Formats: sequence, structure tokens, C-alpha cells
Amino acid sequence: MKNSTIIKTEHLTKSFPMGKSRFTALQNITLEVNKGEFTGLIGPSGSGKTTLLNIIGSLDTPSEGEVWVLDQAVSKLNAREAAQLRKMNLGFIFQSYNLLGVHTVFENVEFPLLLLHYTATERKKMVMDALEWVGLTGKVKSKPPQLSGGECQRVAIARAMVKRPEMVLADEPTANLDAANSHNILQTMVKLNNELHTTFLFATHDEKVITYLRRKIYLLDGKIAKDETINQQTVQS
Amino acid sequence: MKTAFILAYRNLIGAGLRTWLNVIVLSFSFVVIIWMKGILAGWDHQAKTDMQNWQIGGGQYWQENYDPYDPFTLTESHAVIPETLRNEISSGNMVPVLITQGTIYPAGRMQTILIKGISPHQNLLMLPTQYLDTVTSSIPAIIGASMARANKLNKGDHITLQWRDANGTFDATDVLITHIFSTNVPAIDGGQIWIPLKKLQSMMLLSGQATVLTFRDSGKDRPKLAGWKLKPAKELTAEIDQLIKTKSIGQSVFYIILLLLALLAIFDTQVLSIFRRQKEIGTYIALGYTRREVVGLFTIEGAMHAVLAAVLSAAYGIPFLLWQANTGWTLPVEASDYGMAMAQTLYPVYSAGLVLSTILIVMLATTVVSYWPSRRIAKMNPTEALRGKIQ
Repeated sequence: MKNSTIIKTEHLTKSFPMGKSRFTALQNITLEVNKGEFTGLIGPSGSGKTTLLNIIGSLDTPSEGEVWVLDQAVSKLNAREAAQLRKMNLGFIFQSYNLLGVHTVFENVEFPLLLLHYTATERKKMVMDALEWVGLTGKVKSKPPQLSGGECQRVAIARAMVKRPEMVLADEPTANLDAANSHNILQTMVKLNNELHTTFLFATHDEKVITYLRRKIYLLDGKIAKDETINQQTVQS
Repeated sequence: MKTAFILAYRNLIGAGLRTWLNVIVLSFSFVVIIWMKGILAGWDHQAKTDMQNWQIGGGQYWQENYDPYDPFTLTESHAVIPETLRNEISSGNMVPVLITQGTIYPAGRMQTILIKGISPHQNLLMLPTQYLDTVTSSIPAIIGASMARANKLNKGDHITLQWRDANGTFDATDVLITHIFSTNVPAIDGGQIWIPLKKLQSMMLLSGQATVLTFRDSGKDRPKLAGWKLKPAKELTAEIDQLIKTKSIGQSVFYIILLLLALLAIFDTQVLSIFRRQKEIGTYIALGYTRREVVGLFTIEGAMHAVLAAVLSAAYGIPFLLWQANTGWTLPVEASDYGMAMAQTLYPVYSAGLVLSTILIVMLATTVVSYWPSRRIAKMNPTEALRGKIQ
């Protein structure tokens, strides 16, 4: 594994029991993602992109093959080690935001820092910085039900970014947003990628997202169909 | 752990009405359990105190044949008061009582009673025996309110009293009710009449004799006396302990039901939470919690209902419990007919042990019912949970 390689998969296969047979969601996936990439797993529903994202995020384990995330073999991690990997190094952004509904914006963003045992002063500064990145400093006391979809997703981005993770895994982050909000969100993520050099890995089939990606890994029926790196000039910024 | 407490607190406060409904029900359990146990403790304390003040003092010597539950023993239940006790009696630290059977005829009816002779000048017991020190052509007598009610007797009434002396000779005379006293101790009230000791001794031809000797000082080491049985206060109040224990079991059923209702609400909330908050559970795991830690978080969240309930209970329960301790709980008049040593007004007594044990029991029970459904989280698939899929 090269120094700059942040994710590496080798002959990764994932299958699920389905009735009496098994459904293979991923088949013999081998790829590498380097630090600072802005990469997307692209494919239609059922192509295996979310499954791959979950395995990389140590929320699931491969049936065969291996995944290394930050030099750690995911299938060999126990529950505590996997949780530690997520807590320390990974940020997640979900299609339906997955914010804690009864917590305020501040408390939602603060959550990962609580798990990392930062002091109250450190937490406050880091949360306000993160909310500034996403332009939500005026909404600290609001609760998710009081926010628009775009604002919710920006809170989710702030929550994913607040601890400055090595990598952010975003699963269909714009699926519930309109075009304007989607662009706004993506521009925020591009900015964070440029400024903080955080690696972003998306699972998407949204054209709006695809135009921002610098590397596109196409999945079809659980296999990599195409892996292309885009010339920097052609990517939206 | 600290993080889990912070999160649990935020989740609970954020859940608003749902939390407060559970907390209110649980706090009600806290207050009622403490109040009911306090009433029992108060009753126990009051009954024992009253019994000691009115009937048994610091303990008693019983003439060896005396059995309060067997009236046939009464003819043999008397003996000469031992010479060694004369000083104690004359100094007012011991009161001899002679007991025999008799019959009264109130308004032409016949009623078998106990005649008890006691010194009018005693001040060891709260019995108002000074009313026996009355110059009258009849024998002065005092009776309890229950006895007066049952026989329709009033102060100033004359009734005929018949008895049989030590030689077996029947005799009769009139007694004058000089006072009716009110007491919470039925053993000195129902079916008995109190007259001066010397008068009864002369009526019975049992000069210098007694059935029971009540002494003041319970701490003193008492010598064994031939022909007399020593009955320490602890032994004499054992029946009250037994009675309170029986009542306590009965009342426990009531507050266990109350507690179960509160716990059911929390259990229900926990079960619902685990179904409704799948996405949240998945999110906790994605953000770095293990499933076990999420179980811990949900358990703390459930158990924290009890903490909030304790705080709420303190807010309204302390004033209520203090008010009750001062004004007491007044029972209906009929309660005095129950035949138990029960005051008209019961004053609850709260000890630190009672409050702490109640809080501990409620907290422990709440934690158990919170943990029980939360264990399910440990079997959840986080990727399914993240999608909110019910598992």
C-alpha cells in the first residue's frame, strides 16, 4: 500500500442470503483511492455502491477479499476497533441526513467531538468553525425539523467534517435536495476538499454530483465497469 | 460514560412530553411509596409509643398464671406484691394493677367486663387515674371512649357492678363514671373499667396483691421474681411489629402495582424507541459507537427517567411529605373500631433509610426495564438500521 493510498480493496466480494440462494452485491472489486481524492462510486440502484461504501466505512464486512482503510484490514477489526476507526478517521453523510432530531444544530455537530472527549471550549470552537464552513452559524439553536433539506444536509456535512477526518463517505448526499441546494452542498464539499485535503468518496447516480467528481468509478451488477480520472479543468469548481 | 450521560440527558429533554409523562408517573410512585411507608413507620412508632405510655411502660411483671387471652386464668392470676418492689412502687416508678372479671348492668343489660384496679396517684401511665381520687358514695370509675360508646355510658352515669371475691362470694355495688378517656390503645379501653386499686383489693379480699406490675425504666436489668414472669417492652410490643409487618405486606402490593404501571410506561417507551429510532441507532454506530455502547446509552436514557423523577418528586414531594408529617393523615371515625392500636390521625415518619431505599429500588427497577428491551440493539445490523429498516 502506497503512502498516499487511503483505501485499498483486493478481490472484494460481498454476498447476502436471499431465500435459499445468495445474492452477490459486489464481485471481485479491486481498487485504490488516494488521499485527497474527490471520487464517486457511480451506478444505478442495486449496483453495489452503497454496499461498497458501507464496507469501506467498516459498517459491514466483506464475504471474500479484503479492504484496507488507513492501513487497517476491515475484516480483521473487532467491533471496538471498527468503531474506533469510524470515530477517529471517518465522516459520514447520508441521503436522509440522519441528524438527531431532538438535538440542536450545535449539538448534532458537536456529537463526534463528544465521542472524542474534546473539552467544552475546544468543542465550541470546532463546532462554530464547522458551521462557518457550511454557512449555518445563525442556526446553532435550531433543531433539524425547523431546517430546510439543504440546511439539514449542510449540518450533516459540518458534523462529518468537524473532527477533520481523513475521509468522508457520502451516500447519495443530494438525493433529497433540489438542484440549487445540491450545487450549494457540492461546492461546499469541493471547498473543504481543497482547503482541508479531506478525501471524499461518494456513492451516487445523481448527474449533478457526477459533474463535480474528479474520479468516477462506475459499478454495474457489483463489478467495476469503468474507472476514469477526469482532467482537472473539466471538473466544476 | 460521561458522554452517554450527556447524550441521554439531551435525548430525554429533547423528547419533551413523552419524557415528562413517564417522569410524572414515576415521580408519583416515588412520593406515594415514601408516603405510604412513612405512614406505616409513623403508625408503628405511634402505636408503640402510645402502648408504652398508656399500657406497658418500660415493661411488666405478670403474675405467673396471668394470660390476657384466657379469662379463666384470672381467678388465679394474683399474688402478693414482692417486698423488694415496695420502694419502686412508693417512688412512683412501678404501678401495680389488679385484674379480675366482673359484670356491669348498663341500662338493664348485662355485660361481662374486666375490672382493673390501679392507684389514683400513679403518673407512670397516661391513664387519667386522678379522676379515681373522687369522694363519692359509689366507687369512682373511669372508662375508655370505646367502652363508653359500646355500652352507651356517659360521664356521671351510675351502673351496677357485680364481682366474685377470692372466696367465691358474689357481691355488687354501684360505680360512678367519673371520666371517659380517649386513647389509641384498645387493650386498656374495650370491655373494661378502671377503679382504685385499694378498693378492688378490698372488694376481692386480696389485700396487697396484684396481677400486673408495670415499671418505668426499660433499660434497667430486672431480677427474676418467684411467681412472676418478666415481660420486657420489646416482647409486649412484638404483636404490633407483627401487625405492622402484615399491613406492610398488604401495602407493598399496592405500591408494587403503582411502580409496575410506571415501569410499564418506561418499558413501552423503550420498546417503541428501539423501533422508531432505528436510523438514530445506525447513526450512533456510524459516528463511532459500538452496538454495546448504544445499548448502554439507551439503558442510561431509560434509567435517567428515574433520576428526573427523583428531582421532580423532590420539587413537589418534599413540601407534600413535610406537610403530611405536620398535619398527619386523619382517619375516619370508624377506624377506631378496627380493634388495632391506631390513632385518629397518623403522622408519617420518614427516615433517610426509607427515602434512600425507595430511590434505590425505583432506580434499579427502572434500569432493569430500560436494559431489557435495549438488548435487542446488540443484534442489529447497522447498515439496515441506518436506512431505518425495522429489524
